[in-house]
Amino acid sequence: MKADLDRDLVSSLDEALPEESHLDSGHLHRHDAGVARQDRRLAAGENRAARVSLLVYRSISVLAALAVILILLWGVLDLPLFGRGNNPVENEVSLRYLQSGLQEGGAVNLVANMILDYRAFDTLGESNVLFAACCTVILLLRRIQDRESAVSPLGEASPSALPEDPVLALGARVLCPVILLFGIYIILNGHLGPGGGFSGGAVMGAGLILLRNALGTERIGRFFSYRTFRRAVFAALSFYALSKAWSFYTGANRLPSFIPAGTPGAILSAGLILPLNIAVGLVVCCTMYGFFALFEKGDI
Amino acid sequence: MDLLMTVLLALLLINAVLVVCVRNLLAACIIFMAQSLIMVLIWILLQAPDLAVTEAAVGTGVSSLLFFLALKKIRAIGRGKEDAAHEG
Repeated sequence: MKADLDRDLVSSLDEALPEESHLDSGHLHRHDAGVARQDRRLAAGENRAARVSLLVYRSISVLAALAVILILLWGVLDLPLFGRGNNPVENEVSLRYLQSGLQEGGAVNLVANMILDYRAFDTLGESNVLFAACCTVILLLRRIQDRESAVSPLGEASPSALPEDPVLALGARVLCPVILLFGIYIILNGHLGPGGGFSGGAVMGAGLILLRNALGTERIGRFFSYRTFRRAVFAALSFYALSKAWSFYTGANRLPSFIPAGTPGAILSAGLILPLNIAVGLVVCCTMYGFFALFEKGDI
Repeated sequence: MDLLMTVLLALLLINAVLVVCVRNLLAACIIFMAQSLIMVLIWILLQAPDLAVTEAAVGTGVSSLLFFLALKKIRAIGRGKEDAAHEG
């Protein structure tokens, strides 16, 4: 069935390509007033052919989409029912996490334990994916411009040159400290309650984006420049990678650290999880803000 | 609780169909944001506050911001009326 579907898709793609060119030429002919009669007749013929093949293409694509939907639903039918006790996911692994997670990982929040201790390698990979995506965006979108040409009188007003919107500015002044503080709270409490580096970093990044939109790029450039971005991301990623590499090198047992094991309510606890959370939060915050800045203006 | 869950799941389905069918790109983005918000509520009902916080920050916040930015870049939404009049 899958092979059938693939053939369908390939054939529909094959048909789609020449159709596009037909459509384009027909379009051009239709709008050009000074074409000869023979050309016009040709264009009409092409037009009809294009319409027929468009119809065929559309019906094939609808059929292919329906086939994919049916296959996916058929696959879902074989899944075990949601939340049953004898599902394959209810095995000894989750029991082990729940029973001895506090001793082995050190964090009260077992989700943080899982993300940053048992499966820390995954999280390192995720951070690296974010970093690689950010590098790609920087390579593609960053425009290095000298200061004189930055304020070129091309008529295209840069966002920082616009007058401040008073409502937005006041709202950002009130909201941004709260948002940033909440992000820091989520990061620092990631091992004690719900939260962690990724969510806290995303909240902080959103707060920085709001600040940038409200107050302009120059104000935020005073404390967050491209150099800050580079250094923070590099330091956080290398700290994470080095500590985890050392942890795996010593047999993936708990690293000896001066921070004691997790106690509810004490921020300075849970061993290595707190610094790892801070590192992940820094990477995510910088990446979110960097994405927005690069997409908006081509520079951080 | 069951009733609330059913209502949320139904809203999720309606939103998923609407976000494809709506012609206006800005409206589609806002429906997408609403989809994330419904997912936040569902995560909380499923007792996964970690995921709820992440979904609220990433799904509702940052990804929608990037969508709006992209719409502005392709001039699907304008800055204001005077800009639109100036351009065309």
